[in-house]
Amino acid sequence: MNKIKCECGHINPEGTVLCEACGKPVEENQHIDGNNKSKLLNMRYDGSARRSKTYNKTIVDKIWNFFSSVKVGVWLIAITLIASSLGTIFPQEMNNQSPLPAEQYYEENYGMAGQIYYQLGFHDLYGSWWYMILIASIGVSLVIASIDRVVPLYRSLKKQKPKRHETFLKRQRLFGQAEYASDQDYHTVIEQLKERRYKVTQENGHVLAEKGRFSRWGPYVNHIGLIIFLLGALMRFVPSMYVDANVWVREGETKMLEGTEGEYYIKNEDFIVEMYDENDERFKESIEKQGGSVPKNYQTNAVLYQRTDESLPGVDPELEQVKEGEIRVNEPLKIDGFAIYQTTYQLNEFKTMTFKLHEKNDADEKAIGEFTVDLVDPKSEYTLDNGYRVELYDYYPEFEMKDGVPSSYSKYPKDPAFVFHVYPPGQVEPEVNFLAIGSNLDPNGDNQYKIGITDLEMRDVTGLTIRKDYTLPLLGIGGAIFMIGVIQGMYWNHRRIWIQPKEQGFWVAGHTNKNWFGLKKDLEKVLEGTSVEPPEDQQELKE
Amino acid sequence: MELSTISSNLLYASFFLYLIATFFFGGTIREKDAQQKESKAGKIGITITIIGFVAQVGYFITRWIASQHAPLSNLFEYTTFFGMMLVLAFIVMYFIYRLNVLGLFVLPTALLIIAYASMFPSEISPLIPALNTHWLYIHVSTVSLGQAILAVSFGAGLLYLIKTIDQTERTKKTSWLEFIIYTLFAVIGFIVITSGFRLGGYEVTFEVPAEGEAVEVSTVDYTLLPIVGPTDGTLQTQGASGPLIEAPSWMQGEKAARKLNTMIWSLLVGLVLYVMTRLILRKRVAAAIQPKLARVKPSLVDEVSYRAVAIGFPVFTLGGLIFAMIWAQIAWNRFWGWDPKEVWALITWLFYAVFLHLRLGAGWHGEKSAWLAVIGFAIIMFNLIAVNLVLAGLHSYA
Repeated sequence: MNKIKCECGHINPEGTVLCEACGKPVEENQHIDGNNKSKLLNMRYDGSARRSKTYNKTIVDKIWNFFSSVKVGVWLIAITLIASSLGTIFPQEMNNQSPLPAEQYYEENYGMAGQIYYQLGFHDLYGSWWYMILIASIGVSLVIASIDRVVPLYRSLKKQKPKRHETFLKRQRLFGQAEYASDQDYHTVIEQLKERRYKVTQENGHVLAEKGRFSRWGPYVNHIGLIIFLLGALMRFVPSMYVDANVWVREGETKMLEGTEGEYYIKNEDFIVEMYDENDERFKESIEKQGGSVPKNYQTNAVLYQRTDESLPGVDPELEQVKEGEIRVNEPLKIDGFAIYQTTYQLNEFKTMTFKLHEKNDADEKAIGEFTVDLVDPKSEYTLDNGYRVELYDYYPEFEMKDGVPSSYSKYPKDPAFVFHVYPPGQVEPEVNFLAIGSNLDPNGDNQYKIGITDLEMRDVTGLTIRKDYTLPLLGIGGAIFMIGVIQGMYWNHRRIWIQPKEQGFWVAGHTNKNWFGLKKDLEKVLEGTSVEPPEDQQELKE
Repeated sequence: MELSTISSNLLYASFFLYLIATFFFGGTIREKDAQQKESKAGKIGITITIIGFVAQVGYFITRWIASQHAPLSNLFEYTTFFGMMLVLAFIVMYFIYRLNVLGLFVLPTALLIIAYASMFPSEISPLIPALNTHWLYIHVSTVSLGQAILAVSFGAGLLYLIKTIDQTERTKKTSWLEFIIYTLFAVIGFIVITSGFRLGGYEVTFEVPAEGEAVEVSTVDYTLLPIVGPTDGTLQTQGASGPLIEAPSWMQGEKAARKLNTMIWSLLVGLVLYVMTRLILRKRVAAAIQPKLARVKPSLVDEVSYRAVAIGFPVFTLGGLIFAMIWAQIAWNRFWGWDPKEVWALITWLFYAVFLHLRLGAGWHGEKSAWLAVIGFAIIMFNLIAVNLVLAGLHSYA
């Protein structure tokens, strides 16, 4: 390490551009910030010695320099930006509701373009390895670029002295020479600086007035926030970090909460759908336009239970009620870090159906006997009071004819159909009855008895999602730190005003990291009531 | 008078006040007085702007009372709100920089946005369960404010470009600048043509093969003369003239053809308006405006443009990403799902992050930065409007 000793006596680390104490340009390093080509000094990092600008020999140096470059960072962000936009051309696979597999979906819906899209892997762009690499590179760049700058900048701002080298002041953007300024002016200026809440330090008449230095740390604070956020996002690749499960619960039913490893059970007391009143004056016109019935509320009234015994297979759990609550869209129910969301529902699933058996020719259809079938858990045989027996020969919860054969679309009793075998007392050969909603068939055409539906019970089914996410606190902390940092850096700025006494009058120079307009206004106010003209802006854009 | 009527009258009032204020800000460029702060026209302009803003706040509050939820739930409501936030952002920037001429660029932008908003159905609509939460207000209003502050940088950027780009001969830069101006004309075109047909009470109906299986056909109503008809559509309205061409079949969605039709109309009318303007001016529109900006200081305009981004970026991050994620976690049980609107919010954020990093180097100050401000605004408008209308996703509440 070749330390650089400045004429002011301060010893600077290798690679320093402007002396940390007095700001005098270190001659051999002026190319680093491009100061050799311009009249004004580049004050970006106060001319401090950054590792990335000092060493470039080993492979580590090269990697460090690559990732610490703002240019590289900007390119990485720009590429990520463009890549992200490509992913919105067609729907992503994960947001796609279509039952078609991806290789067919894109071609069938978007033709040639869709096929190319799929083959390039853009249907899962945000999960692709190269997108991950982009994000990871941004993360690495955030770390390296921040460390590269914050350490020397901190040093430099800590070592700065009120007494600055003449060249440093002359080559500031705001610089003025007040040759006719009086002692009185000098004191007025210092007073007014203090009034404007500048922190004033003096050294043999040399003045440094500073305000808002903490805003210089804003970028680094927000970068730390981003890194924490990205780490949180990275944690999601660890499967045990979060739970994502679904459960369907019928009204009246108690079910184990998926994802809680059998610890919690939930009972659906009631599922409610509310619609807006179509005659409500407020919304009448809009509801009409939308074709009537706009939903107002989806809600599950739930009771949560905790299992109190050891979980053993085949043993009915002992449950203890722990919580009661309403689950609505936007209002999940929470327990022990789990959040239970209202996700979907199924209205009017059949619960039970009650039938009666009567003689076919009986005009009054007087019941010989009645029986009730539980549609979720049907019995295979129903014995009526007077010796009649009905066998449930076949049951289709959601009936459909498939290739001419009766079958069931699902196991959920949404549109049930039955084949009953009726055994009158003493008879061995049954009569066959086929029943579905709205139809009652006698396949052989010689039945003596008939079965009719007398009653039915319906119920709703609620679809809930259970989530637990250990990464959320990390993401929250990251987000909060980012916001603090970005506000710190954007809503405050670091202003410095130097005053250097001369044999006649004094010199004034000013620098700020942003908002020059504000600094100029400060200077105007500070110099008010004195003979000193506000310093000139040596870098107005070409007008 | 009914509250909802009062509400829409207040909105009209604010619109006209902004319009009048724009003329006063226009008047400031004629004043010989070099000291902008002393400008009388500017003072009147900002006063009228503030009255207009108060009127619009009145619209917002009365509509809130009438509908019993914050009017931020559909395209009309939040685009109007965006216009209002743009005026607020302008007022704030005005009191920091006292740059009168900025009003001449930002207020017309707000006017266009509000006029554009009123082309969408404006009835008070009920909130579906997913929207029925205070996060709607928190999220939408913060995003809007953030985007509006960022949009001020567009106004300043455009001002900078018109002021500084060399107009002595036709170059790539002058052409792009004219293109930006043309897009503004196209928005005017949209407003003119939509209101024109609406005043004439025009409507035709097409029957199109339905996409679902439940019904065989569905209908599409056109409120503009169909240049492009729906694919395989048959005209149902008696005596109406049919479309010149049918929309290509790869266009998805029943309303895609109608949207395409509206877009073609807007571009055409915009073109007619633009060409007429050029014929009257006998030079490029920007070249005609440039001499009027002789006294504008580019460095100050550049600073305003940058400052708007510096102020708007944190607000946008908070509303468009952080609040958005919190709400998404509550409503959809995941904080991020790569929905197009989410992705475009991320893109906006990344874009302005690039902007802020580029500003670290002196090479990107001035003109380049002004171009970026314009592009950023294009991204915001794309997310505000196109993502809802064109890309399918969860945010299609319009």
